[in-house]
Amino acid sequence: MSTFGQMLISIEMTLNEIIKLTKGRLVCGDSKLNYMLKFAFASDLMSDVLTIDTDNLLLITGLTNLQTIRTAEMSDIQTVLFVRNKKVSQDMIDLANESDIALIECPSSMYKTCGELYKAGLPYVF
Amino acid sequence: MFFNMQLTYEIAGGDFGKAGYASSEIKKVLKKLNLDLRIIKKIAVALYEAEVNIVAHAYRGSLTVEIDTVKISVKAQDEGPGIADIDQAMTEGFSTASAQVREMGFGAGMGLPNIKKNADELNISSEVGKGTELEIITYLK
Repeated sequence: MSTFGQMLISIEMTLNEIIKLTKGRLVCGDSKLNYMLKFAFASDLMSDVLTIDTDNLLLITGLTNLQTIRTAEMSDIQTVLFVRNKKVSQDMIDLANESDIALIECPSSMYKTCGELYKAGLPYVF
Repeated sequence: MFFNMQLTYEIAGGDFGKAGYASSEIKKVLKKLNLDLRIIKKIAVALYEAEVNIVAHAYRGSLTVEIDTVKISVKAQDEGPGIADIDQAMTEGFSTASAQVREMGFGAGMGLPNIKKNADELNISSEVGKGTELEIITYLK
């Protein structure tokens, strides 16, 4: 993965490492802590998320509603990171548990969260 | 393995709390049939886009899935305003979605183009003031 003025090494990372990097909090999905993430995609538009067909993808979003979880379920996305200190609802947690999806809340903005993960080497989709 | 089945789910227009339920149930059935995971994902995404379209635009509708050993056919039928210009509706970025639909994360004008991308065949027929019918076919290669 090359970038402006420097080379970044593209690395896979576990969900646990992502939680540490983003100072996040795992809301549900303990069994996914060692799940390996190969790419990240950030959007508040589920229409755009549904066009991505990459496996082992971390979804970064600020959209907290049931359709975020449904979108992850349909797209086989197993890990969703919510930015801007957004809180997930119990309905979302129940649906995520049903579909074996891990949810993380983190206090930073989407820009900062993406920056931290990019700097650490987590590749983008495009 | 030989199988032949049909599933039908009624979809309520405007009920975003339940949008995706039918697609989720159908996806679970497809997983039990041990189909190729990439094919399941393509069908699930197309189903969900079609279901969200019914919830977002129609008064009511249904999703019917027919599964046999050769292909999976999805029929998404609705009673609603219909589509005046199908070519325009197939254009990425074109949307008539309401503010409420956009708040849910949809209405980016990617739904129908994304269904086409995930299907082997997509047939659309629509009558303004009556409703729309999509036929989405995926072959089990």
